[in-house]
Amino acid sequence: MGKTIAITGNTAAALGAALSRPKVIAAYPITPQSSVVEYAASMIADGQLQSSMVQVESEHSAMSVVQGAAMAGARTFTATSAQGLALMYEPYFRMSTLRLPMVMAVAGREMTAPETIWSGHQDTISVRDAGWIQIYVEDNQEALDMIIQGYKLAEDKDVLIPVNICYDGFYISHLYEGVNIPEQSEVDAYLPPYKQEHVILDPEKPMAVDPMTPGNLVMKYRKSHLDAMQRAFAVLDKADKDFGDQFGRYYGGTVEEYKCDDADIVLITMGAMSGTAKAAVDEKRAQGVKVGLLKIRMMRPFPKQQVAKVLADKKAYAVIDKNVVFGWNTGAVYMETQAALNQLGYKIASLPVIGGLGGADISLEHMTNVIEKLEKMNKGDDEQECYWLED
Amino acid sequence: MKEIRFHGRGGQGVVKAAHLIVDSAVQEGKFAHFIPFFGVERKGSPVFGYGRISDTKIDLKTQVYKPHCVIVMDDTLLDAIPVFDGLREDSIFIINTTKTLEELNLPDTVKKAAIVDASKIAIETIGRNIPNTAMLGAFVKATGWVSLEHVMENTDLLFGGKNPVATQTAYDEVKIYDLQGGK
Repeated sequence: MGKTIAITGNTAAALGAALSRPKVIAAYPITPQSSVVEYAASMIADGQLQSSMVQVESEHSAMSVVQGAAMAGARTFTATSAQGLALMYEPYFRMSTLRLPMVMAVAGREMTAPETIWSGHQDTISVRDAGWIQIYVEDNQEALDMIIQGYKLAEDKDVLIPVNICYDGFYISHLYEGVNIPEQSEVDAYLPPYKQEHVILDPEKPMAVDPMTPGNLVMKYRKSHLDAMQRAFAVLDKADKDFGDQFGRYYGGTVEEYKCDDADIVLITMGAMSGTAKAAVDEKRAQGVKVGLLKIRMMRPFPKQQVAKVLADKKAYAVIDKNVVFGWNTGAVYMETQAALNQLGYKIASLPVIGGLGGADISLEHMTNVIEKLEKMNKGDDEQECYWLED
Repeated sequence: MKEIRFHGRGGQGVVKAAHLIVDSAVQEGKFAHFIPFFGVERKGSPVFGYGRISDTKIDLKTQVYKPHCVIVMDDTLLDAIPVFDGLREDSIFIINTTKTLEELNLPDTVKKAAIVDASKIAIETIGRNIPNTAMLGAFVKATGWVSLEHVMENTDLLFGGKNPVATQTAYDEVKIYDLQGGK
């Protein structure tokens, strides 16, 4: 059943990738992701990983290299953060719209300016509508496990969409904790070699890739892409179940519910802060408060049915966003949650919360403060303006 | 759960020392983690880090605000950084210094002080003023939260050389003061 050793989140991501046996890796180092690239390179140099590592001069090139390799049918891996993702945007969008499956780890970092290298979800949130599947994880184990699951999801014939595994910079990338490293044979049993069938770039059978396409066909392709996105929910649920059966760790698929069953009020979080939210829920439950946590694992596509199902009978909820939506004075997860509930006909009191930008700490006290605001709303207080988790 | 706050300067090996504590705790079947917080990444700048050791899974992903233990690897930080902030009533304070207990003038919340000249031990053993592996010996003696055997084993695995000697020497030489009844 593998062995448990202490490693960083970046090492966990690199190991998750290595266990998935990618044929090509191309990546450019950027804080806080750098040690993913270093660790992958050292595994290849030491003969522990049989992959081609392509040294590139930028993230734009990194994504372009793996795009070519994926077009030729290879399983590929890369990783980045923030400004690197921004520089990668042009081939990033083309990767998903060419419907080439792969996994890219993102050590989430705030976007500049002001100059910052620290944690945030703004980088991946800003590209949530570039056609990729986005999954956010809470700790090092989940980062490793979801990279493996990510390939299962991306390569499924009903999906064929690249996947981002997003883990908070520093709070996970540099978090050092015990992680169970699965045996290679177990991973091989779960994730067989990838055989691409829908497109293969082959010099023996020349073809033009991505020629100028008229609008009526672009419409068809986009609709087909969006339809595939909707199929990803069920595919992730199955990938999660199969993974749990194989490795003993089930994550809940698109969302994780924590003590929601009898809850009146619910916190909604994404990523590393979810752990702190669990501790806050436990603390408040010990005081008799019926509070639960809904952890959004899949942000793209957004699991509106699952979110609505959990919130349907609740009195109030708060969404804590580690990102902002300019123009709305809230974060993206709040906007999406509201859209989901509205579309499905639910009207529930809600509180938008923003915190953790640029590595600002989201403390246990912040979380309990949010729960206390929800308790007041449950007793009839009006809905609140966006609550910023400042000092 | 025990919470630890680390203070040091870039180049002193704060992160690696914390990793060795986590390695040892995990090896002993406990749960442990460490979250580093760098300022600017350069030699000499103040470095912070937050560690936790627990018998149950640790969900928290935040800084440590109320430490059970504070480790200071450079005594010049005493004048620069609020190292005593948030100390619990029964906290353990571990410092690398040539100062005496009286000269340190510790706050009343410190109930156990561990004082060691880890820089001297480091220079005499590994030949460089990198006090992290010596500080581990003081940490083990003062807290007992992980075993000396595992820390030395992991120190040897990670650094080798005379580093385990530095750990053992500091373990033997550290002065522990029980301050339960006041100074």
